Amino acid sequence: MAVMTYREALTSALREELARDDRVFLMGEEVAQYNGAYKVSKGLLDEFGPRRIVDTPITELGFAGVGVGAAMVGLRPVVEFMTWNFALLALDEVVNAAAKMLYMSGGQYKMPMVFRGPNGSALQLGAQHSQAWESWLAHIPGLKVLTPGTPADAKGLLKSAIRDDNPVVFLEGEMLYNTKGEVPEEDYLIRIGKADLKREGEHCTIVTHGKMVLVAMQVADALAKDDISIEVVDLRTIRPMDVEAIAQSVQKTNRAVVLEEGWEICGVGAQVVDFIQRECFDDLDAPVIRVHQEDVPMPYAKNLEKAAKPDAAKTIAAVRKVMYLD
Amino acid sequence: MSAGAKPAKERKSAESARAEKPLPEKISGTDVAMRKELLRSMLLQRRFEEKCAEAYALGKIGGFCHLYIGQEAISTGTMSMLRPDDYVITAYRDHGQALARGISPRAIMAELFGRADGCSHGKGGSMHIFDSATNFLGGHGIVGGHVPVAAGVGFAIKYKDGDQVCVCFFGEAAVNIGAFHEALNMASLWNLPVIFIIENNRYGMGTAISRSTANEDVIVRAKGYRMIGESVDGQDLFAVRDCVGRAIERGRKEKRPTLIELRTYRFMGHSMSDAVAGTYRSREELEENMKRDPILLLHQFMHEHDELSEGELSKIDDDAKAAAQDAWDFADASPEPAPEELWTDVLAESES
Repeated sequence: MAVMTYREALTSALREELARDDRVFLMGEEVAQYNGAYKVSKGLLDEFGPRRIVDTPITELGFAGVGVGAAMVGLRPVVEFMTWNFALLALDEVVNAAAKMLYMSGGQYKMPMVFRGPNGSALQLGAQHSQAWESWLAHIPGLKVLTPGTPADAKGLLKSAIRDDNPVVFLEGEMLYNTKGEVPEEDYLIRIGKADLKREGEHCTIVTHGKMVLVAMQVADALAKDDISIEVVDLRTIRPMDVEAIAQSVQKTNRAVVLEEGWEICGVGAQVVDFIQRECFDDLDAPVIRVHQEDVPMPYAKNLEKAAKPDAAKTIAAVRKVMYLD
Repeated sequence: MSAGAKPAKERKSAESARAEKPLPEKISGTDVAMRKELLRSMLLQRRFEEKCAEAYALGKIGGFCHLYIGQEAISTGTMSMLRPDDYVITAYRDHGQALARGISPRAIMAELFGRADGCSHGKGGSMHIFDSATNFLGGHGIVGGHVPVAAGVGFAIKYKDGDQVCVCFFGEAAVNIGAFHEALNMASLWNLPVIFIIENNRYGMGTAISRSTANEDVIVRAKGYRMIGESVDGQDLFAVRDCVGRAIERGRKEKRPTLIELRTYRFMGHSMSDAVAGTYRSREELEENMKRDPILLLHQFMHEHDELSEGELSKIDDDAKAAAQDAWDFADASPEPAPEELWTDVLAESES
């Protein structure tokens, strides 16, 4: 195992897949000469040249469509959005073109492509640059939606995403790029659609994904001091969701908190709760509680931003509530 | 020779005199046999779509159904210049182009009927005709959305060092949407072999171009993207062929895109739900434009040059009608998709 950052893990996934398959290319704003707005593509232009690492104009809808067209006729594009906030401009190509092409064509045109980039809030970037989009994208049949929370998952899932014959939405955590973790040195893939038990526990399950995995782990550490044993289920893939893993855990702990970065209404957590009530109705000892961003656009002021975001303190409060400790 | 007698050359019948009239330059590489084929292609589209209208009225075709009648010189002219390995992508008024590209009328009609033997097995419908065998990349339903996709096909051709071109059709109303501009910018910036064809039928649904577009001279938009732009009469099959031919040459050899405006007119409503005339356009305007029916124009040309007897014309037309009827019969007999087809083709079997 090598220790590397989430960013380095992504870069090495891209490098390995670019080297493995000439049909793979990376396209997006500032990915080549600038080495990536978040440096995920650092060094790739030098290594693979401008045919494979393609700088685009600021034209999200346009280059997302270029990716769709290239995928239709046999290439395997990796389309980078500088952030998913900008990808809203491209949603017609993601939702109306990529997600439906196979179905509309009766199975004739596959869409082997990845749309990737940082998702969610960072620090004080204001309302337009601080949004988590997974519930929007996971709503769409025909897409796969991945949200890696650790360097090892980032690498294994990105490699699987690039090799997948379907359009994969790959949501990276903007605040995760500098986080470090152990990453296997050999070539490895992580199965899409498979959740990961990040921590075993007995008293309460926290179901989460993406950036919030770190928060859940902190919460588990903190509560362990009070002899509360938390199980952390990292969904990793939002669509298709690993219902079995969620059910197995909740059937064991009989309690669940669902933690996500996005907003409450129609959020990912709403879907998780639905699966839990269907699969674990008789196993529950308490209603499931959700932790999420407050139902407001993200404010700029430090104190307000902190108040808007889900965090460890809010999650601990939720766990204590489902355990009837408060 | 008596003074009154004409030289033998001048005594020919009126018919042979017509036959000897020099053909105009715009004959565009076609001989008589090919002109007959082009006429056949256009008549097939016309008769097929007349059947579509009938089937729609009977409820055999549902949803949106946009007929191409009046614009057939564009589909036939363009497709007749392409190679089988070139690519075609279009918007939702796609039946005519699909037929001209050589997709079986049976498969298209079965698709319109929502049946298992349709080219998308009944999952696409009128607006989403796809056929990988002829590189027909669909029928797309969001105005302008497929224009960047065409640029992507051009990108892939260049990436693979191919010499194909991608032809992308859309209506004049699409020139006001962002996707059009984003695609043209990239196609020119990156030298992509894409031919963007504006089918200017003067109405975006019910809105006249004068009410939607600040500069009605839409071809000037080519200039904004350092692209060659050409505007020709889209009812004139030969003009279409010549213009598209030049663009293909440019695409194959120079890897440069072209913007083409083909001025045309649709003889039917936007879809099946609006009146052919009387609301957003007058009956007089429609009738005036129907005088320039592209099928009529080609027929007139061939008649003037004695290339087509009435008998031959009847035969071609009867064949077209029979093909349309055969497509109908085939579609009608084709089963509905099996219930389990609901769940297939949502995701591809994956490598990982």
